[in-house]
Formats: sequence, C-alpha cells, structure tokens
Amino acid sequence: MAHERETDHATGVETTGHEWDGIKELDNPLPRWWLWVWYACIAFSIGYWVAMPAWPGLHSYTKGMLHQSDRANVGKELSALELQRGQGAAMLRTASLEQIEKDPKLQAYAQQVGQSVFGDNCATCHGIGGTGGKGYANLRDDVWLWGGKLEDIQYTITHGIRTGAEGARMSQMPAFGRDELLKPEQIDDLTEYVVKLSNRPADAGAVARAAPIYETQCVACHGVDGKGNQELGAPNLTDADWLYGSDRASIRGQIYAGNGGVMPTWGGRLSPETIKALAVYIHSNAGGQ
Amino acid sequence: MPTLIDNRPPEPETRTAVSAAARAKGKGDAKGGLYKPREPIYPKLVHGKWRNVKWALLIITLGIYYITPWIRWHRPDGFPQQAALVDFTGRRFYFFDIQLWPQEVYIFTGLLVMSALALFLVTALFGRLWCGYACPQTVWTDLYIVVERLFEGDRNARMRLDAAPLSFDKIWRKTGKHLTWLAIAFGTGGAWIFYFHDAPTLIRTFWTGDAPVTAYVSCFLLTCTTYIFAGWMREQVCTYMCPWPRIQGAMLDHHSLQVTYLGYRGEPRAPHKKGLSWEGRGDCVDCRQCVVVCPMGIDIRDGAQLECINCGLCVDACDDIMTKMGRPTGLIAYDSEAAVSHRGSGQKARYFPVRSRTIYYALALTIVSGLTLWSLLARPDADLHVIRDRNPVFVRMHDGAVRDGYTLKIGNRTFVPQRFDVSFEGVPGARLSHPGGEGQHVSIVVPADQVVPLRVFVTAPPNAELDASVPARFVIRSGDVQAEAKTVFLSGAANPQ
Ligand code: SF4
Ligand code: SF4
Repeated sequence: MAHERETDHATGVETTGHEWDGIKELDNPLPRWWLWVWYACIAFSIGYWVAMPAWPGLHSYTKGMLHQSDRANVGKELSALELQRGQGAAMLRTASLEQIEKDPKLQAYAQQVGQSVFGDNCATCHGIGGTGGKGYANLRDDVWLWGGKLEDIQYTITHGIRTGAEGARMSQMPAFGRDELLKPEQIDDLTEYVVKLSNRPADAGAVARAAPIYETQCVACHGVDGKGNQELGAPNLTDADWLYGSDRASIRGQIYAGNGGVMPTWGGRLSPETIKALAVYIHSNAGGQ
Repeated sequence: MPTLIDNRPPEPETRTAVSAAARAKGKGDAKGGLYKPREPIYPKLVHGKWRNVKWALLIITLGIYYITPWIRWHRPDGFPQQAALVDFTGRRFYFFDIQLWPQEVYIFTGLLVMSALALFLVTALFGRLWCGYACPQTVWTDLYIVVERLFEGDRNARMRLDAAPLSFDKIWRKTGKHLTWLAIAFGTGGAWIFYFHDAPTLIRTFWTGDAPVTAYVSCFLLTCTTYIFAGWMREQVCTYMCPWPRIQGAMLDHHSLQVTYLGYRGEPRAPHKKGLSWEGRGDCVDCRQCVVVCPMGIDIRDGAQLECINCGLCVDACDDIMTKMGRPTGLIAYDSEAAVSHRGSGQKARYFPVRSRTIYYALALTIVSGLTLWSLLARPDADLHVIRDRNPVFVRMHDGAVRDGYTLKIGNRTFVPQRFDVSFEGVPGARLSHPGGEGQHVSIVVPADQVVPLRVFVTAPPNAELDASVPARFVIRSGDVQAEAKTVFLSGAANPQ
C-alpha cells in the first residue's frame, strides 16, 4: 500500500493515498446534505435518550420522560382482552344452547372457544380431530352412546362417565367371563350372535345356541333387536360402529371383561359457559342430533 | 449506461478548465472540511418542441392526479360513490367499475410488473423518457421552477438575486416563492389523502378536525417531502437517491435513443462570427445554451452521463441556436450511440428499434398484460374457497357411510345480497348437511359485498363404490352469479376402518 497522496491526472483530484490492486480512491468531498442527515440523527438520538428509557444504571435505568414501558403496555392489552372476553362469556351464560346454535355470530364465537378448550382438555383422549380411538368415543360420527342432542352432550361433559360423582353417566356391562357368569363356550356362541346381529356371516349353530342366552342376559340393555338404548348407554350392536373393535376377538374380549371407560366430570373444572361452548362445538362438528 | 464508450471530443481543453474551476470552488467551500455544498443550478427557460411536450405532460399528469378523486361514480346505497378509492377500513379498492378484494392483490402485482416491463421497453427504445417527462420528481420540480421564475425571474435574474445582499425586494421574492411552494406542497399532500376517503366529506372534516389521524399525518408527510424534494433537493434526488437510473442503465444499449451530442459534427467547437466560413470547424459555437437550460446541471457535450434524464431541453436550446446560425438542427438530438458513431465515420446509419431485448421486453409485457387482463375479466362475481378438514380426513358413519367435512368461504362481490345454492359434484348421491340445512343442495344467504364461512358435511351413500380419493368440486349459484372450486372427497376405501 502506498501512502503518499498524489493527484490523479485524469480528474485532477487528489487520491486518499490508499491503493488496492492498482485501484486508488479519489478524495472527493461528500455532499453536504449527508452531513446534515448525520447531525439530524445525533439530535434525534439525544431527544430519544430524554424521552425514552435509555441508560442502564446500577439498580435500575433511566425511565424517560414519556414513561414508556412495554410491560405496562402488555398489561393494558391483557386487561382489555379480559374485558372483551367477559362480554362473550356473559353472552354465552345467558343464551340457551339453541339460541347459541341459531345466532351465527354467537355460534362462531362458541366454536372458537369450544375448539381451543377441546384442544386443551378433550384432545388427550378423543384426539385433536375428535375421532377417538379404541375405547375412546368418536365424536365426529353420528353414533352417540349417551345421546347426541345439545343437552345430552352438555350433560355428559358436565357430569362425566363412571367417575363416581353424583349424576355421572353409568352403564354396567357385566364382565361375563371374568366374573364367571357365563361359560367360555357360551361366550363363544354369544360372540357369533353379536356378529350375526351386525349383519355379518356367522356360525348358524352357535347363533341358535346363543339365542336364549342373549334373551336372558343381554336384551334388558341392548334390546331384542340389538339396537341398544341411549338412556342406559347401551351401544347399538347392529351398526358398523364399535368402541372396542368389531372383530371376533374384540367382541369376545368385551363380553368377557365388560370394559367401560371413564370420562372426567368437567362441571366445576370448566365454567358452565365454557361447557356450553364445548357442547356447541362438538355438536356442530358431528352428526349432532 | 454504456458510459465506457467515450465519444467525448478528443481535445478536452474547455472541459478541463471548467471542471478545474468547479473543483476549485468545491474545494474552497470544503476548506477545513470534507463536505461539499450543493452547487446551485439555475436552469434557463427554453422554448421548443420537447419543452412543449413537457408542458403538455405536466398539465395532463397533474390534472389526472388532482381531479381523479373528485370523479363520482354511482354505486348502490351504503357503498362509496367515488370512482377511485382505496378503502382501507372496508378492505376494498374501487376503480370505476372494477372492485378489488384484498386477496386479489395479485392484480396489483400484475400492474406493477407491467409498469416495470413497460419501463424496460420504453427505456430500451428511447432511453430515460420516464425520468425526463413523467416522473413525479421531474414534474413537480418543473412546476416549482415555474413558480421560482415567476417570483425571481429567469436564470440571470435569479443568479443576480442570489448574489445580491439582503433587501426588501429579495425578501419578498424569496418569501413569496417559498409560500407558493408550500401551498403547492400542501395541495399535493391534500390531494393524496382524497384517494383514501370520500373526498367531499374529507375536505370538510379535514378542517373541522374530525378527519382520521392518518389523513393529517399523510398530508403533513407529503407536504414536507414535496416541498423538500421539489424545492430544495431537485436533481440531487435523481443523482443520489433514486434507484431507477441505476436499474435503467441495464436496459440501455448502443441502439437506444438518447439525448446525444453529435460530436463528429460539432467538433472542433469555437465561437463563430457572422459571415465567416464554416469550413474546417464544427457546428458547435460553444454558446453553452445546452448547459444553462439543463435542469441537471450537466454538459451533454461530455457524452452520455448518469445524471442526464433525457428531457430534451438541451435539444430545444441547441436547435434554436442552429436555426439562428443557419445550420441544420439536430446537433444535439435523440439519437443512438451506434448511429452516431456510424455517421461519424461516414457510414450510413439506421435506427434499430427491433432488437432481441426489445422483443423480449415486448413479449413479456404482452404476456403479463394478457394474464392480468384475463384474470380481471374472468373473475366471477362470487368467490369460493374450500378448505378440507384434515383431522379427521373422513368419518365413517354408523351405517358404513363416509362423511367428509369442508369449510367453504363464500364471497358475494355484487352489491345485493345473494342466496347461493351450494352443490357438490363428483360423488353420486352424496348428501350435504350443515347446521340448519340438509339435502342434495344446501342454500345460504350472503350479504352484499361480504364473505361468509360455511361448514358443510358431505356424506357419500353407504356401500358407494368409491376410490380412496375422488376428485370433486363445489359449485355455488345464485341466478347467473356463480363460482366453483375443486376439491377431493376422501373415502378411506384403501384402508377400511
Ligand atoms: S443533458 Fe439535456 S436531456 Fe440531459 S438532463 Fe440536461 S437538458 Fe435534459
Ligand atoms: S447549444 Fe449547441 S451550439 Fe451551443 S454550446 Fe450547446 S451544442 Fe454547442
């Protein structure tokens, strides 16, 4: 690098004396407006120090004349949000389930609330999409063990199933095998009978042998034609919907052990208006009745 | 810009003298500092063909700018009656019979791409015409210079006034000029905000203090920028701040028409006395008229340069001198570098407007304008978007039927409410249902100019023989207003539950 300043003879301007690979920089003055922009920036920054929190101290910092605080701003926004939500909650509290479902605005609001509450509380068992799984009811189809009307859904959520709480839904499928109420061969025959009920080919002999057993043991809850009973939470055995599986082993297992899942009692944990919103969300996302 | 081709006259005597003087001045001012003040430019009024074109464009462009928001347009009650309106709160853009929704921002994109391509094409053909004639910076600066001339006179008077000591005459001329400039600036900023609100209402509420804060802020900002840019900064905006000249340089080639000094004809330049012969000398009489009229403060005889905005004022100035001298005009002219150098060496020269780059630009411009126009015209009066449920992708019903869930966003672009009949095509016998409706078709009322979401379930009949994924579509109809959107029906046939 050469350091002596020289005059470039094409332009007659002095160079800065620096050279890079044979290229030298001319020492032309910068435009003056550039300088003014710089002064303006300095003036602005001084104003900024005074007006806004800027300097750190040992224990605190300069607060600035505008008392700007992001923390306080967030606080304000949160309380505004609370207020806004309060209105919606009040509307949900006073409106009946039918009114909510009829009013498009309220419906949309309930849907929003319901969706987020569902994600937080229900999705663990029923899945984000609400389709459930083995032992967990599918909330998106048109099959309802305990009824699919808005009120039914609201009741089930509020009181839960088999929690022991007062008013909880309760169905009692006996454990025919484990409790030795029926002999293993009778359970095999009954399995064929249930397969037949759902319109699938079954062993005719077994079906005939099981008929009297079905009549004495099962009819009370599942009905003569196997259509079930929503009051008792007894499933319909003639449709294509199986909570614990539709193959013979699953059916046999269910007759043997009489499984029944538990759904928590949400009343008391969720506010009544939240449960309403949840009911509306579930109802409108499925073949609610 | 192809500035590497140096067709400056070989003998740089005058030039060196001029720039040395300018340099001395610059250095003098920068004594002890590194900063150089702006060298004031006093463009002289010129008359001629290109100046007339510029006057005309000045009137037309400013006219369009100021008048457009005041054009009324009939729309049904409750909708703005303004022909051109950007309605931010209602999220609509109105332009005469065209109404755009936010999701049609691609039409703006199309317009912007078209403008860019048109600029490319014009620049490749005729140089920086945009800069010289249509750019707002040029137009407003031109207008400001008119005002300046009105108060302070033409070039020489202005220079004298600036050099004179402070006097009553100087004070009132300067004050009058700046006040008029500020008034124009305020008018500019004021006109801008009318594009965003109902103009007759805004012009009232603006003075009563009831206009939106954004109106005052925008008006203030545009007033400031107009005053500073057109009054104080002028050519510095083009030279230092504007990105266009840099980009446009890439569009030019040796065949682009640019304001060019025909060096082969003008040199050697020298003053000319009446009656003397023109033998052995160039046509340029070194009267420097081309320099004094230039709003960019450059000497076009130095060759093509970054600062030149191709405004043609030097052409007018020189043509005037040539006419007086009895020499042919066109010593400075819109000409191509290639043509000039051909003629300079005695060959025949032609202008080539059709070149590969102009063909590409024109082709691209045609395609983009075609697509933009088509998307504008083919746009239905209804708007339909379909979002399929992803979780679950399908649900099996108690009887084995399969049901898919969809959310439709149904938009009604017309100014009257529409009852849309929604149908689903692709799955024979499919039934639609939503809270409040069920059947082969369902219907929904969408208020004028609104979008309404609709959750719809589509249930295929039990035992329908369906592929795992069936192409399907939703159609919405209301009279002759209709739209459709493609989707699929998933049946899960490949993996039965
Ligand atoms: S050199 Fe001529 S065309 Fe270029 S800016 Fe100056 S007056 Fe306009
Ligand atoms: S106006 Fe024409 S004649 Fe006069 S100096 Fe410029 S180029 Fe030469």
